[in-house]
Amino acid sequence: MTDNAINLSGVTRRFGSVTALDEVTTSIKTGQICGLLGSNGAGKTTLMSLIAGHDQPTDGRVEVHGKRPFESAAVAAQTCFIRDNQRYPDDYKLTHALRIAPAFHPHWDSDYAQELAENFRLPTKTDTKKFSRGQLSALAITMTLASRAPITIFDEPYLGLDVSARHKFYEVLIEDYTRHPRTIVLSTHLVGEMQSIFDHVIVLHHGKVHLDAAADDLQSLGYEVSGRAETVRTWADENAAMTVRAVGSLATATFAGPVPSSVPAGLDVRDLPLHDLVAAIGDNQQGVKS
Amino acid sequence: MFDDSKPIFQQIADTIANDIVRGTYNEEDHLPSTNELAVFYRINPATAAKGLNLLVDQGIAYKKRGIGMFVAPGARRVLHDRKKNELIATNVQQLVHDAHALGIDLEALITLITQEYPHD
Repeated sequence: MTDNAINLSGVTRRFGSVTALDEVTTSIKTGQICGLLGSNGAGKTTLMSLIAGHDQPTDGRVEVHGKRPFESAAVAAQTCFIRDNQRYPDDYKLTHALRIAPAFHPHWDSDYAQELAENFRLPTKTDTKKFSRGQLSALAITMTLASRAPITIFDEPYLGLDVSARHKFYEVLIEDYTRHPRTIVLSTHLVGEMQSIFDHVIVLHHGKVHLDAAADDLQSLGYEVSGRAETVRTWADENAAMTVRAVGSLATATFAGPVPSSVPAGLDVRDLPLHDLVAAIGDNQQGVKS
Repeated sequence: MFDDSKPIFQQIADTIANDIVRGTYNEEDHLPSTNELAVFYRINPATAAKGLNLLVDQGIAYKKRGIGMFVAPGARRVLHDRKKNELIATNVQQLVHDAHALGIDLEALITLITQEYPHD
């Protein structure tokens, strides 16, 4: 398993009566960009906290480069995970944040951090506590990329960023990744916008892995049928539909898996784009296993 | 930029192929590297590499060791023929099929095409 940077086996994390992660088994290959998708509360941030060693599982085993990350100085030095609600000391300005970073990140590149801060037009004279949501995101992106950590983790890094700043982020992310290849885990709701940067995609729902696939295999993981409501409903009942929606005498239903050859005549069929598939999984209360 | 109709590596290959047909790239021109394409199109570098390799497999691009990817001699001819075949296989067949289904007879269809066709 040496080509996996991250291995999780049977990982469960409970917070009181809430099961945030439920027997998650998956792995992320060294040097790949992994997209972590799923609706709010699916367990994405919990999973990333476990990988970063900020937290430990209730049950099961997390390994990063073959070691348990929790309270491991060795793993911490190889990992960068800045939470979306990261707070800095009250009187901190940009320079303070960038100056303290090398203490935590041995691979830190301060010239690159400076370049990114300028690229994202981060203010130098404002206290970080007065940063806007977008500026906090840009600061987190700057710190995370400049950490050059072999395990680089982004938790919804685009919050508050406008479309040009997001494009800038995708460009610097890919550019820096090509120059300094590393393992990247990135959670996002902007599935359609970011799907093209992933090697691999994991979709969580209610703490379970619902989809775990290479980007190359994303073409036929789900499908949608539409047509006369009664025909669609019959087909939906027989084939464990994820979602069914109707308007007038038309209905559409979504399903996991490739398009079967036996779809009744009169129903239109299309492959589900990944963002629709993720939405259908998030919509599906029973949580049908794909 | 990309749609869900086919895998992105194929769309990358198609985009470059169209650029060759249009003359953005000439035969023997140096094509952008995998990393340049990845940053430009904001896609995973492995996907960009797959797109370029598809062009190599199709004989449209070739690799010079340690230098990069180049447009193959004769690529434009190959692509032109391919486009022509695609036009016949998809658009013409579809048009004839739809016209027939709508009750437009052959003579009327030919008249319509003749009217649309540029005269010079």
